[in-house]
Amino acid sequence: MSKIIPLNRKAKRIAASFGASFGDAHALAPQDPPLGCTTIFAPGWEVDTDGGTSNLCTPIERDLYDCHHSCYWPAQVPDALTNSPNWSQSCGAPVNDWSQIDLVFP
Amino acid sequence: MKYTTAQHRRAEGRAGSYVWATRSAAIAFLDPDAVAVLDEFTGGRDAEAWMGADEASKERRQSFDALAALGLLEPAEFALPLTPDLPAMPFPLGTLVLNVTNKCNLSCTYCYEYGEDRIATPDSKGPALMSAETARGSVDLLFNNSAGRRNVSLTFFGGETLLNFPVIRETVEYAETRARAEGRRVSFALTTNATLLSEEVITFLTQHHFGVNISIDGPRETHDAHRAFASGKGSHAMIVPKIRALIEANRAAKGRPIGARVTVTAHSQDVRGIHDHLVNELGFDSVGFAPVTSAPGRDYALSGENYWTLLRGFSELADDFVAAAIANRHHAFSNLNDVLRELHHGVNKAHPCGAGLGLLGVSTAGEIGLCHRFVESGRHEVGSLSRGIDEDRRKAFLEAGHISTKVVCHTCFARPLCSGGCYHEAQVRYNDASQPNLHSCEWIRAFMDLGLQSYARIMDENPAFFARYEESA
Repeated sequence: MSKIIPLNRKAKRIAASFGASFGDAHALAPQDPPLGCTTIFAPGWEVDTDGGTSNLCTPIERDLYDCHHSCYWPAQVPDALTNSPNWSQSCGAPVNDWSQIDLVFP
Repeated sequence: MKYTTAQHRRAEGRAGSYVWATRSAAIAFLDPDAVAVLDEFTGGRDAEAWMGADEASKERRQSFDALAALGLLEPAEFALPLTPDLPAMPFPLGTLVLNVTNKCNLSCTYCYEYGEDRIATPDSKGPALMSAETARGSVDLLFNNSAGRRNVSLTFFGGETLLNFPVIRETVEYAETRARAEGRRVSFALTTNATLLSEEVITFLTQHHFGVNISIDGPRETHDAHRAFASGKGSHAMIVPKIRALIEANRAAKGRPIGARVTVTAHSQDVRGIHDHLVNELGFDSVGFAPVTSAPGRDYALSGENYWTLLRGFSELADDFVAAAIANRHHAFSNLNDVLRELHHGVNKAHPCGAGLGLLGVSTAGEIGLCHRFVESGRHEVGSLSRGIDEDRRKAFLEAGHISTKVVCHTCFARPLCSGGCYHEAQVRYNDASQPNLHSCEWIRAFMDLGLQSYARIMDENPAFFARYEESA
């Protein structure tokens, strides 16, 4: 294995943006992606979870459902973790069933 | 896809090579195996075929990817763009140089301001002294055209700058008031021949943390050969006690380093002797050497042979610098210090300097020029205090001087730091500021090599030395 060590500021920036292993001296192992939509790019706006557009936010309630389902965002939707675990049960496919989702009155 | 070894420069270290990639300005250490990979792509070869599909292919791919990311391997058809790509304009100013006077109390024989190489036209020559009003207008120009910058700097220049000390003092107070009001910081610098450094001036300069550069050419005989009063009498004996007083006061006030700015001519070739005089006998913190700006054929102009003598002197000073760096000691040789800082930052210049970009100059009459060397030249005017910056002319100049237009530079490894060299030098030599300074290419390449070799030698022995460059911008 050849050894390539970035030395000056520019080379270190390149190595940092390069991410994966950079010669044996600077093996920057890829890390597990963190959970939650505030720290990773959550599909649903630009592309859906499959990378396509068929499940995009049409109707717009798809957004609410996505927030409820994949991350805890109590300001916008009932939280599925503690208070309203069954809130979205009536909504199997948001594009068809979005109107089944009801409000929650705490 | 076919890849080839990209342009780079190497300096050999103890355990491998220090490689400076021309396109990215990245510097990496490569062990002999990695160097071998780099060399295997000389002349170009198919990358996928080279990596192969066997067990070792993963490691080969890692080496390949790292070298390609650093800009050491590139697609065979890669070529530098031939059209300028300027940053968003108007570019915010960082520094304004005020020519507070075009008068001088010395008559240095090599001076481009007064000698045969003056580019200012006689009819564009403004008043001898800049008025306080023009200086305040310049401060406003700087503050109004530096959006997004918290720190700005004003540099005072001449003629002999201190001939207009009253205006400098007033301008500094005005700039500090304005900076305080806007929650910003302004710093000051000045170049002087030291003849007018009175106690009052010294107190003022240290109180306001001026960066001071003093034009001095070395020991008495060398200095007085060109830097003389109109009578022909040399200025060395007069300035030495004043310089000592300034350096002493500045040390006591823990001020910014005081620099000596040495003009090298055909008559001053012993740079190590000059350096040692300025540092050991006078106490300068830094010493920078600049070859005299001159059209060919002048008596003081550097000949080809003189340039190589100068490089040998630089090489001796570099040895001293490297030894000091390994021992964690400061060395005053600022030409090398500057190159090492730029190498370590990975500076990659599309323009040789900040002239017209983050820096502009203002003449005594309030005309705005590309830099202090271009004010009052008429042809290179880019506005005035009354009309503001002429953004069209500024942009046209920056496009003409962009590295993409200097095609001969596209095959040169020194390009990231040189970028064609000084506009004013090119103007004097070729009557065109946007030309690359072809007369000094060989020398610049040799000096950049010296810089890279010094970088490698220090990295080998004391990499911690470079931490000092991490903090500076």
